[in-house]
This record gives sequence, C-alpha cells and structure tokens, in this order.
Amino acid sequence: MSELKSYLVDLLKKGKRLDGRNILDVRAPFTIEYGVSSTAEGSAQVTLGDTVVMAGVKVEVGTPYPDQPDQGSIMVGAELIPLSSPRFEAGPPTIEAIELARVVDRGIRESKAIDFKKLCIEVGEKAWIIIIDIVVMNDDGGLFDASSLAVLAALKDMKFPEYADGKIEYKKKTDKGMELEKEPIAVTVFKVGPHLIVDPTREEEEVADARLTITTTVDGTICALQKGGDYPLLEEEISQMIDIAIEKAKVLREAL
Amino acid sequence: MSYTQRHDGRAPDELRAMEAKVGVIKNADGSAFFKIGNTSAYAAVYGPRNLYPKFLQNPDKGILRCSYNMLPFSGSGERIRPGQNRRAKEISMVTEKSLLSVLNLDEYPNAVVDVFIELPQTEAGSRCAGICAASMALADAGLLMKDLVSAVSVGRVGDMLVVDLDYAEEAYEDGPVADIPVAMTHNSSEVTLLQMDGEISKDMLMKAVEMGKAACEKIYEVQKEALKKKYEGAE
Repeated sequence: MSELKSYLVDLLKKGKRLDGRNILDVRAPFTIEYGVSSTAEGSAQVTLGDTVVMAGVKVEVGTPYPDQPDQGSIMVGAELIPLSSPRFEAGPPTIEAIELARVVDRGIRESKAIDFKKLCIEVGEKAWIIIIDIVVMNDDGGLFDASSLAVLAALKDMKFPEYADGKIEYKKKTDKGMELEKEPIAVTVFKVGPHLIVDPTREEEEVADARLTITTTVDGTICALQKGGDYPLLEEEISQMIDIAIEKAKVLREAL
Repeated sequence: MSYTQRHDGRAPDELRAMEAKVGVIKNADGSAFFKIGNTSAYAAVYGPRNLYPKFLQNPDKGILRCSYNMLPFSGSGERIRPGQNRRAKEISMVTEKSLLSVLNLDEYPNAVVDVFIELPQTEAGSRCAGICAASMALADAGLLMKDLVSAVSVGRVGDMLVVDLDYAEEAYEDGPVADIPVAMTHNSSEVTLLQMDGEISKDMLMKAVEMGKAACEKIYEVQKEALKKKYEGAE
C-alpha cells in the first residue's frame, strides 16, 4: 500500500477526507453555470471543487438510421485536453476519454431522457442529430459525475435553431428547447480499502481500489452502471454503493 | 452602397467589449481568459518542463510550443470535429512566433514551455484573442518576459478602415475587404504577427497597422489590469 493510501485509509477510519471534509461530502464550491458558449445550441459548466467541466451541444440534420426511420439520434464525445492537466496529452481520445463519453451517453440514452421520436423531422428522410461534447477544463477527479451533470445542464440550456428548406439557420435560435423526459444523474462511489467515498479529488481517485458509477433517475431507478478499478467488489458493497449514489444524486439534482 | 457606418454602431477605432482574467486554470503553471465581443479564449501554460521525445530537445535553450484549438461547439455553424485541422496548425505556428520574441528561454535548455489555447465560442478575431490570453498566461506563469504581446485584427471594409472586425464585417459583400491580424509588443512597438486576406493598397495597409498599434495599447491596458488584479489579491 502506498504511503498516501495508508494515510487516507487512516483518515477515513476517523470519518475525514484528505481535504478535511466528511467522508461522504460533495466538494465545495459546487456550481452549475448555464450558457457558457454563445455558439453552442446549449452549454453549461460544472465546478466541483477544483474540477471544472464544460459541455456544449450542437445540432445537425441527417438521415435516420434505416432500422429506426422515425428517430433522431445523439452522440456524446469527451475531450481530456492538455490545457486541463499535465496528465493529458494532445492526440486522439484515450481510453479514459472514451469511457467517460460512453458512460455519460449511456445514462442519457438508457434513462430515455430524450424521446428520439421527437427528434424526427420527416420519417425516413430527416431527423435531428444532437452532438454533445464534454470538455474537461481543469481535472481534479470526479469527472464522471461532473460531466454527466454538465451534459444534462447543457441539454436543459438548449434551444433548437431554425430549420427551413433543408438548411439550419444556426444564428436564429427558436424558443423550442429539448424536452427531457427524465433527468439521469451519475454518482460514482469509490472504494478505498474498506471505505466508500464519493466525489474524490484526483489524488484520492489514484489510490482507490475500485469504483462504481451509478446513474439514477429521480425515482431511484438505475439506468446505467459502470464498474472500474483493478479490484473486485462484494455484493454487499454494491448494495451500499447504490444507496449512497441515490442519496448523493439528490444533492447534485438540487443544483440543476 | 459604401460602408460608412459600422453595422453595430462602433467608431472605426472602437474595439468590442473586452474581459480579461488571470489564473483561471488551477492545474496550469499560468493561465488566462480573454474575451472580446463574442470570441473568448482560455490559455494555459505548462512548463518549463522536460521535453520528450528527446530528439526534440534543444541543448542551447528551451523551446516554446503553442497549440490553438477551437472547441467542437465554438463555431457559428456545424460542430467542429475534434483534432487539429490545417487552419489550426497554421494558427498554432503563427501564435508561437508572435510570442517567442518576448520570452527568454536561454535558462531552460532541453525544456519546453507548452501553451494550450482553447476557444469555447468564436466570432472573428479568434487567433488574436488566443494570443492575448496566451501572453497573459505566460506572464502569470512567472516566465521572464521582455514585454507583453497584444493582438487585434484590423482592416478595411469597403473603403473604411476599422479595428476588431466582427463576423459580419469579415463577410461584407458590397466592396473589398481586408482582414489583417496584427500582434504587437507594448514597450518596443514591434510587430510579431502580421497576416492578411483580401486586397489593400500599401498606403491603406500602413494606416491600418497604425490603427492596430493604438488598439493594441487599449488591449494592453486590459491585460495589465487583469495581471495586476491577481497579484493585488483583489477579486
């Protein structure tokens, strides 16, 4: 066990974290800022402690998939840009960025937050494609939770542009927003030794044994899961992690 | 019809509204935010730090590496695909050259100073906004600098000479347009970036550059104030 890890485990035994907060506290400051990019159709920035994540939505019109001719689609990308941390390098997305985008995408998709049929413009011919980009502006851990919240906030901030004669008038935004059927919130619970924590700093995240990202809707329905980390989890731990995630999702939801 | 009145009511030598802040990216050694009109840029400096792969190292002095990048949602039209295109690579290169002359990297052999510029929203003048942010970020990183660099685009719209062209002016169709991004140092009044697209006479060009110099002085004041603010500890 690394020195930092044994120090953290000792602290957790006393119910405290490296930065002095209680074991299951979310970091402060915790803020959501809407409309951070005027060129995006919707945007938001989430600050969780020293972690800052921006999300922006752009729309395009394309042909629906042949097997879903009456539906539009979404696409989620994530960029861990070198501006945000000395850990990140320029280049194609790393597995860390790909996993981040996919976990956020799954939460939106599987909760059925967006009714894809409402994105259809003309069956079999034209439908909206919603492209959401996550950009980490400063990385201090907890990227899954901050990103999923930033994406949800950016979707809430969104206004469709005008579409006429097969052309999108990006500069003319309409009053039509994105109707969200559900609001999925991801909470990642980390296991450090025998302890469970949420919202880790990068330092804490580096020494964690395992993590479980649990995305839930307001009624507590679980719509996406992702286990990570090198070590396994016991059923009992998974059960506790879900309880914690549902509880913490309420705290995050309040800020929306 | 000739262009005699700017479409947004600005005077010919009037810049769009500016905002500047230093120390915005916590992980970076130096960072800054610069906004002019609807164009905003973040810049983060990392280094001097070790440079790998090793063959890129210069044993005589440190090297400067700049990267200019528009975020996927920062364009006024369709989403921009991530990854540097040819335009971004060229702008990265001219940005690097625009800043290099004010730095002294002699004391950092084999090292690199990385400058990352990211733009969340753009509406003309993005390379200049990036340079303004980068210059402040380098100062914030505590690097030895001879001078601060300020940049703005100047040019002609029809027969009118203006500073800080916006998108509508760049796209003016009823007459010739010249878009000239310039970067200048404050103390020595040297030009460190000069590009142009369009058509212009030598006489008009020199006048436009002169206007750019005056505009850069205004930008310099905004940059200086932002830097001072951080070190005064005032919010």
